[in-house]
Amino acid sequence: MHIAICAKQTPSTTAVLAVEDGKVTWSDPGGSPDIANPWDEYAIEEAIRLKEKHGGKVTAISMGPEEAREALKTAIAMGCDEAVLVSDEAMKGSDTLATSYVLAKAIEKLGDVDLVIFGRQAVDGDTGQTSMQVARRLGWTPLSFVVAVDEVDAEGGTVTVTRAIEAGRQKVKGPLPAALSVLKEINEPRYPSFKGIRQATKYMRRSLPIWATADLEADSSKIGAAGSRVRWLQVYALPPKEGECTMIEADSPEAAAAELVDKLLEEKVL
Amino acid sequence: MGFQLSEEQQMFRSAVRALAEKELKPRAREIDESAEFPVDLIPKMAEMGLLSMAIPEECDGADVGAISIAIAIEEIGRVCGSTGLSVAAHTSLGCFPLARWGTPEQKGRWLPLLGSGASMGALCLTEPGAGSDLRGVKARGVRDRGDWVISGTKAWITNASLAKVLVVYLQTDPEAGKRGYSMLLVETDRPGVTIHPKEKKMGVRGSPTHQVSFDDVRVPAENLLGEEGRGLQQTLETLDGGRIGIGALAVGIAQGALEEAVTYARERTAFGRPVADFQAIQWMLADAETEIEAARLLVRRAAWLKEHGQRFTREAAMAKLYASEMAERVTRNAIQILGSYGYSSEYPVERMYRDARLMTIGEGTSEVQRLVIARQVLKRY
Repeated sequence: MHIAICAKQTPSTTAVLAVEDGKVTWSDPGGSPDIANPWDEYAIEEAIRLKEKHGGKVTAISMGPEEAREALKTAIAMGCDEAVLVSDEAMKGSDTLATSYVLAKAIEKLGDVDLVIFGRQAVDGDTGQTSMQVARRLGWTPLSFVVAVDEVDAEGGTVTVTRAIEAGRQKVKGPLPAALSVLKEINEPRYPSFKGIRQATKYMRRSLPIWATADLEADSSKIGAAGSRVRWLQVYALPPKEGECTMIEADSPEAAAAELVDKLLEEKVL
Repeated sequence: MGFQLSEEQQMFRSAVRALAEKELKPRAREIDESAEFPVDLIPKMAEMGLLSMAIPEECDGADVGAISIAIAIEEIGRVCGSTGLSVAAHTSLGCFPLARWGTPEQKGRWLPLLGSGASMGALCLTEPGAGSDLRGVKARGVRDRGDWVISGTKAWITNASLAKVLVVYLQTDPEAGKRGYSMLLVETDRPGVTIHPKEKKMGVRGSPTHQVSFDDVRVPAENLLGEEGRGLQQTLETLDGGRIGIGALAVGIAQGALEEAVTYARERTAFGRPVADFQAIQWMLADAETEIEAARLLVRRAAWLKEHGQRFTREAAMAKLYASEMAERVTRNAIQILGSYGYSSEYPVERMYRDARLMTIGEGTSEVQRLVIARQVLKRY
């Protein structure tokens, strides 16, 4: 079975972001400012587990600038077999519509993919759209908010998953190939091993293929800013949070708790 | 000359930090209070390669090199000194001598067990009556019909209760002077081996420390590790590497304490402003940052020399001496910055202070480090 995962490099979750003249910059004194989108680690983990169970290989795909390799490095370090960076100046300024076109083209180019797995969303853009747009573009079974992959029947060509829906859980079965977006509940991602890290840094230096628009035989009007429908009109930092601290004083802990509950109800926190 | 970690080393660091933050930091207080090593984390640490850092790749190890070992131990020490100490001792004192002097059979038998954490590594060196004085050990190994018979008592042995095999330093020929010592491998299930109850300690309480006695323990000749009569030299070489590990651990503990102090100083107000606004606090923070950086550079330079196959005895001693004494100052001042809260076990800095205190004692006291450095200085000029 050939499983693909799509992953994105994002700012670290502990990075300090700053906005100046509409430009966002970030740094992280505690470590690397760029990381693999944390949601994508669940997709990577699930793909590796499926490979361990059913055999085959896992290919990681990422779209981004040439230097944006953190997501792919993490993917290989965790245990993916191969990685592809899809990168082209012309892809700059892509919204999810343009991104999904490029990713779908890359998955088509891989040729024999049975299953593509995404994290539910990226921590920077937070749209959560790309996975289902890719499914639509490929015409594959779209399975979003997956919390368990119950069965993959490669021979019968079906996949059964459990989805989280507002009212509870839903078990669905659909034909392969399929595109999944997964939630945190699905697994606990492994830490990259030292051996994996060594392999990943070597792979990034020597073997990483970089596919440009021409390699994908993509229509240049559908990529980058040209292929996008969303424009960033304004980017600004949120005003700092303000708040005040009230100490609840009462005769007994029970009375204090009751007063706290009243206040929380009043503020519509509860 | 470069001060930049390689891409691989940076990624090791992030990976270890992620594990430390998620798995160890939330439990560090409990590990200290219960004085229980978090054995349930051993498989996770092993899977990452944290327990096979000094094991060659052909024995299924991660073999990451001295610099990455220092980075990993620093990162673990930053959140949990106890786990840091056990991993440091496992790596430098348990795995290293086996990887360095083991026969193919010894390596094949033991290194996979050490790498998987099925056995934690432990070196039996110190005795109730001898520590700094390596030639004063009383434990003996005597040849008897092709076997070795071991008798004596070892003290302050890190990880002994988690080990399946011990590296034991013994006098094997009282007539041979400094060539009268050897290292033997002793399986802990041999008749006559007693691992005594855990020592009660001031700090690094979650790292188990034991007295171990050997009562006419018989091991076969093939348990000799390295060369007969070379035990003293082998031990000195092992300790040189161990000192880099303790230096790295001290840097990590100090770094953790500084971060706690900064967080607190920003939040705590006095006289209407955060205490971080006051110069008295800022100077302590500035000194801590500077001294931690200096210690880290000493540790990494010693590690770099080791990794490049150069002599590093003097550098390892300097790194261990400076880093451990620095960690005492930094953790002490961290308590000072947190005031009464710093003295309370509600905050981690008092634990860090207790943990740091061992660093100037274990694997060669500050006094022994000064002796080692002074010898090198007097030889040099």
